Amino acid sequence: MIWLDTLIQGLMLGGLYALFAAGLSLVFGIMRLVNLAHGDLIVLGAYLILGIGTATGLNPLLAAALALPPMFALGWLLQTALLNRVLGEDILPPLLVTFGLSVVIQNTLLMGFSADSRKLPIGPVEAQSLALGPVNLGVMPLVTFGSAVAVVFGLNRLFYRTALGRAFRATSDDPVTAQLMGIRPQRVFAVATGIALVVATIAALYLGARANFDPSTGPARLLYAFEAVIIGGLGSLWGTLAGGMVIGVAQALGAALNPEWQILAGHLAFVAVLLLRPRGLFPRAND
Amino acid sequence: MRTLLPPAMLIVAVVLLAALPVIGSRALVQDLFMVLCLLVLALNWNMLAGFAGLISVGQQAFVGIGAYGMFACVILGGMDPLAGLLVGGLAAMALSVPVAFFTFRLNGAYFAIGTWAVADIARLALGQWKALGGGTGTALPKAAVQDMPGIEAIRALIGGSKAAAVDALTYWLALALAAAMLAASWAFLRSRMGLGLQAVRDNPVAARSVGVDPVRLKALVFLLTAFGTGICGGLLFIQIGRISPDAAFSLLDWTAFVIFIVVIGGIGTLPGPVVGVLVFYGLQTLLADYGTVYLIVLGLIGIAIMLFARRGLWGGFTRRTGLDPVPLSHAAPRPVPTPES
Repeated sequence: MIWLDTLIQGLMLGGLYALFAAGLSLVFGIMRLVNLAHGDLIVLGAYLILGIGTATGLNPLLAAALALPPMFALGWLLQTALLNRVLGEDILPPLLVTFGLSVVIQNTLLMGFSADSRKLPIGPVEAQSLALGPVNLGVMPLVTFGSAVAVVFGLNRLFYRTALGRAFRATSDDPVTAQLMGIRPQRVFAVATGIALVVATIAALYLGARANFDPSTGPARLLYAFEAVIIGGLGSLWGTLAGGMVIGVAQALGAALNPEWQILAGHLAFVAVLLLRPRGLFPRAND
Repeated sequence: MRTLLPPAMLIVAVVLLAALPVIGSRALVQDLFMVLCLLVLALNWNMLAGFAGLISVGQQAFVGIGAYGMFACVILGGMDPLAGLLVGGLAAMALSVPVAFFTFRLNGAYFAIGTWAVADIARLALGQWKALGGGTGTALPKAAVQDMPGIEAIRALIGGSKAAAVDALTYWLALALAAAMLAASWAFLRSRMGLGLQAVRDNPVAARSVGVDPVRLKALVFLLTAFGTGICGGLLFIQIGRISPDAAFSLLDWTAFVIFIVVIGGIGTLPGPVVGVLVFYGLQTLLADYGTVYLIVLGLIGIAIMLFARRGLWGGFTRRTGLDPVPLSHAAPRPVPTPES
């Protein structure tokens, strides 16, 4: 029974990683942009939620809703003012710009909020759990997992059922032809990054509710998120969810064997999947 | 003439810098030791990213392996730290073979993430090595370091304590390593293989069509830079004297700084890392009192360079002035006069 419990905890954890990864996957799939600052942007979102919550006295769940529009605007601005200028054949400039951005965000947060770790106070729901047959499930992990599925479902609907999604796919497949059809790739990219940061804010809420965070939390989370994206395959959002669950389950199993092996087990699962399938489990687009 | 100037400049600079421990303060020697080590790491990273197109975010893996290899030789094998350096470098190179097998399957941006994940695996795995202190790390025995060959002779030369002599010795080794790296990079880049590498970077299809094998060349660069990075890692930790997984495999110290140094100085140019490390040292000294501000400044400069001057300070300089004292290309052969018939 303990194994079943571990497996389910791992799946729930995977939901959180999938939330970290979903925005990344969207941006990566549409414009081949590897955003090394995504982890730090999530942490920035968590501080924004904390700030709004403290200023207004609202529950973090509501504060997160208020944080969504400014985060969308930030993503839009970031793409328009900065990232659109460096996207191109050469993958080095965007990588280095987002790397610089990561260092800037991390250290600005450090100056503003110090290295003390914070947590988002969700309230009594944090400690509640449901007994489902033989296993006990925390309400928060369950909500996190549900949100991850909802976000991936929503993004997929957006991607395959709307005009915006058609523009996303067209630009992803062939930006030049998309331009001939009246799509402006730069605008499409700006909206995509805006949406990615909306998803990042949702991820920030659950990150802050689940565990402590501090300004240096970003990069490690980013690495798990990237592993989830790569395991899932380029441009496949359901693949990203599956990738997150692979990492989550591997980490939970590793931790059950020896607490020091948790992270290591996740990385090893990543290496193992890529050795077998270098393009990930469900690749949609060619890179 | 064109090819004699760079070696002459290098020799003059090395001679001047070599005199420092005799005439300069110990704090300056320690500072410049760090600068020289960062230069070695930057030269290696520049070779990978600037010339071979392999953007690695995981070079700290090889720094850490080199350092742990050296520590294992000294603590477990009772060897001399200097011999340990070599073992550390070889261990890093040995590790780079399986790493290359794994990461070379990933292209472009995937490669960057793959190397990063590998470095984190190495960090976590070595944290399990209980004989070397596990997750909290351990210190290098003082006696082993102070018994390194030449320490007594150096004390006689510069005066001062044994610790100062150790600083001088590691400084000279770092200087020698940096000079050797510069000379080797220059020779390599002007060789047949180096030209092939630059051809692959500039136009992969054309390069293949004239018989250049990109994968073989890139794998060779990956292996050699792992060796250089590993030796440098060992040397760094002889001087630091204490190791822990987080310090030895630090993404910030051994890869992030190095990336900024190369980008600011000029990626894909040989003097770029030298210029970059000088700017880095200047910034660090200037902003020393303001905590993390210099990291923010560094990040902003890096972003600005990518936006406005992709080839960095050195690349901008050679383009503006048309002057390139360290040419990597060969002069076109003189036209052979056709015999009158």
